[in-house]
Amino acid sequence: MKITKEQVEHVASLAKLSLSEEEIERLRTQMGGMIAFADEINTLNVASVRPTTHAIAQKNVFREDGCAPSYDRAVMLENAPMQDGECVVVPRVVE
Amino acid sequence: MEFETVIGLEVHAELSTQSKIYCTCSTAFGASENTHICPVCTGMPGVLPALNKSVVEYCVKAGLALNCKINQYSRQDRKHYFYPDLPKAFQTSQYDLPLCYDGYLDIDVPEGDPLDGKAQKSTYRKRFGITRIHIEEDAGKLLHGAGSTRIDYNRCGVPLIEIVTEPDFRTAGEVHAFLTMLRSILIYAGVSNCRMEEGSMRCDVNLSLRPGPDAPFGTRTETKNIASMSATVRAIEYERKRQKKVLEKGGVITQDTMRWDDERGLNYAMRSKEDAHDYFYFPEPDIMPIEVDDEWLGRIKASLPELPNARRERYMADYGLPAYDAGFLTGERALAEYFDDAVAAGAPPKSASNWLMSDFARLTNEHSLTWDALPLSPEDLAKCIALVESGKISRTSGSKILDAVFSGDTRTPDELVAALGLAQVSDEGAIRAMCEEVVANNPKPVADFKAGKEKALTSLVGQVMKASKGKANPALVNKLLRELLA
Ligand SMILES: [Zn+2]
Repeated sequence: MKITKEQVEHVASLAKLSLSEEEIERLRTQMGGMIAFADEINTLNVASVRPTTHAIAQKNVFREDGCAPSYDRAVMLENAPMQDGECVVVPRVVE
Repeated sequence: MEFETVIGLEVHAELSTQSKIYCTCSTAFGASENTHICPVCTGMPGVLPALNKSVVEYCVKAGLALNCKINQYSRQDRKHYFYPDLPKAFQTSQYDLPLCYDGYLDIDVPEGDPLDGKAQKSTYRKRFGITRIHIEEDAGKLLHGAGSTRIDYNRCGVPLIEIVTEPDFRTAGEVHAFLTMLRSILIYAGVSNCRMEEGSMRCDVNLSLRPGPDAPFGTRTETKNIASMSATVRAIEYERKRQKKVLEKGGVITQDTMRWDDERGLNYAMRSKEDAHDYFYFPEPDIMPIEVDDEWLGRIKASLPELPNARRERYMADYGLPAYDAGFLTGERALAEYFDDAVAAGAPPKSASNWLMSDFARLTNEHSLTWDALPLSPEDLAKCIALVESGKISRTSGSKILDAVFSGDTRTPDELVAALGLAQVSDEGAIRAMCEEVVANNPKPVADFKAGKEKALTSLVGQVMKASKGKANPALVNKLLRELLA
């Protein structure tokens, strides 16, 4: 299946990415390759195989409810490109 | 043109767990910004989420309370969208295998406007379908400023259940009645505190219009940001009228997401539809499948308390209470339990109900108290009722005791009767003497009564009560006066 320029642009807009024409073309080719691989898998007959969502057959891996101290705020905020000591700051979001 | 309104709901309720859904950060409301966060709930690369077992149990509990079937094999999925309130860029939710599905609630819906403040209304019974209930994580909170947006991630990762209903609602009144009952059930079950003002219960409204009950559904809009029960009613009325106006002018409704502004009393379109629906769901590889076996399901079932509907029926059947009383008493679990305890302590059910609906409703309101924090024990309420009903004190004095206790007086009802001098005079000799005096000094009402004017007795009773400074037992006064005038 061929990936169109519009499909790349749509996915990019969902991911809030702005791409150059060059990048769009490069990604179009790369994504086309991935989809082609998926198409190849689609030719296999898997009617008798149960869908696999997890690589290991485990279930009910839980944690009991209970609190532990959170991280230091200053440490957490170090990861943000912009912050004011209390909050992460981003350009104004319009709803 | 007349249209039928079709409404479906998506209700989010934050679960009453101590910790978040995938990490040990606290879920407590009101902490200062970003003090309840860690690498897991802020989506740092390489972290491994660990599912909080109570989240599964609370969701199944809610499902059982809402007559749902339970998917005993269930799974979580990633729902992708890009927004600064969601640092992982996907919400861990559930897609095709929600924990609960196919439930319902039977509601007695009061007729008319739900916000007109009238207490007792006639009702009709209707069943509302619940499509599914699934678990997911809450997002952070955006604080919009002039040129920038600040983000508080404390709420990020707080566990939620999302309850999706069938499009079974036709009026704002039905939605109001449903949400009231839903809230009450979730609080009863201990699943959520459902404080809409703190955002721990939120309701999105899907609404469309159609020419009649047999016509296909019209295009619907989704209204978000509704923060109170009454705002739900206003938002529905506003959107219904807006769509009606568009359709009457021959226009078409676009499938928009609207944001409700309760202060201004209007809504406006938010994000466009195509952005909202490309979520690229896929199974969450970091969370193992959830299997609720029969044994676990049985334990969750056994942990459910008696729910408001069942309690309501019991109050009517066992205690002969009117539907209105039963509805009032079962509105909140703490109130119902208080009532049960008072009855267990010997209070006649109808009397306990009357006291709770009158004095208690007034006093909790005046002192801003909740039903789980009453200053008078149910045993002492039973005691007060007994004092009044045995004729030891008057009903008015009973209210005086409550006033004192709610104002912080810690003395027992018996001590207060003595301290405030509330004991009624039931000494027949003393009251007879007062009655004789009143009869001697009031020839006109006496003559009127003897001539057949029943009402004249009231003024004579009043005179005796006045002479006794309100302490005479009115029933006894009545009896003695009738004897004297016979
Ligand atoms: Zn955390």
